Amino acid sequence: MRLTCPLCGERDRREFYYYGSEDYLNRPAPEAPPQAWDDYLHNRDNPAGVVRDLWYHDMGCSSWLVVTRNTVTHEILAVEAVADRKGGAA
Amino acid sequence: MPDLIAKSPLAGIAPLTRGGTTLAEGQAGAITSIAPYPGRTPQVGALLAPLGLSFPEPNRVVSQGAARILWAGREMAFLIGAEAPAALADHAAMTDQSDGWALLTLAGPMAEAALMRPVPLDLRLSAFPVGRTTRAPLNHMQAILTRTGAQEFEVMVFRSMARTAWAELAEALEVLEARAKAS
Repeated sequence: MRLTCPLCGERDRREFYYYGSEDYLNRPAPEAPPQAWDDYLHNRDNPAGVVRDLWYHDMGCSSWLVVTRNTVTHEILAVEAVADRKGGAA
Repeated sequence: MPDLIAKSPLAGIAPLTRGGTTLAEGQAGAITSIAPYPGRTPQVGALLAPLGLSFPEPNRVVSQGAARILWAGREMAFLIGAEAPAALADHAAMTDQSDGWALLTLAGPMAEAALMRPVPLDLRLSAFPVGRTTRAPLNHMQAILTRTGAQEFEVMVFRSMARTAWAELAEALEVLEARAKAS
């Protein structure tokens, strides 16, 4: 499995650290209801198919990445830097 | 107060030559990490201009005489061999990393092949030309690799890993030399 880092180019999977679902980027407001925090912290879908996950390029440029991949075909559909998203750290 | 003796990370280890390729310790001198605050990269570049430098694009080195600046990760670069202009502190987070890194040099006809053993990247001249730098794993170590010549590389690792990096590269050279002799 290889991921194409937006800064470093195509790299081996062992350069990256897997963090978890993209849900971690959508932090509820502090006063959000407990259900929103429950969803954010604990509740995850487990689809057979396309998932979006957070990965960290720890052996490379130290970017956080959102990787879109297909758990059935193992296809990597997209790799984007979290910082490049609207509202991400500049 | 006693006089302290500064030692380089690989002090006392003699250069190793195998198959015409030499592994040696290099001296980087002052290393300052420069991480521009959000949106301040143009100001940082302007302050580096009097040194003949600019803020490097990803995976690139900008050199001017003995001074150079290496891209060292997302929105971070290492200024090497020059004093960082004090005014940079208004636009970037800066840290003195001079004693934090070990610098190894690898030069000779087997340098490319030796480095490509522990590093899972295409480091041939066509894919990784002079002036290119990259952050990449050297086995388990987080290294900064720079090509300084057609057959010359610089390898930077955390100071604590200096001897491990040396051992890995020395072994790669030994194996390549043995293979060349056997064939």
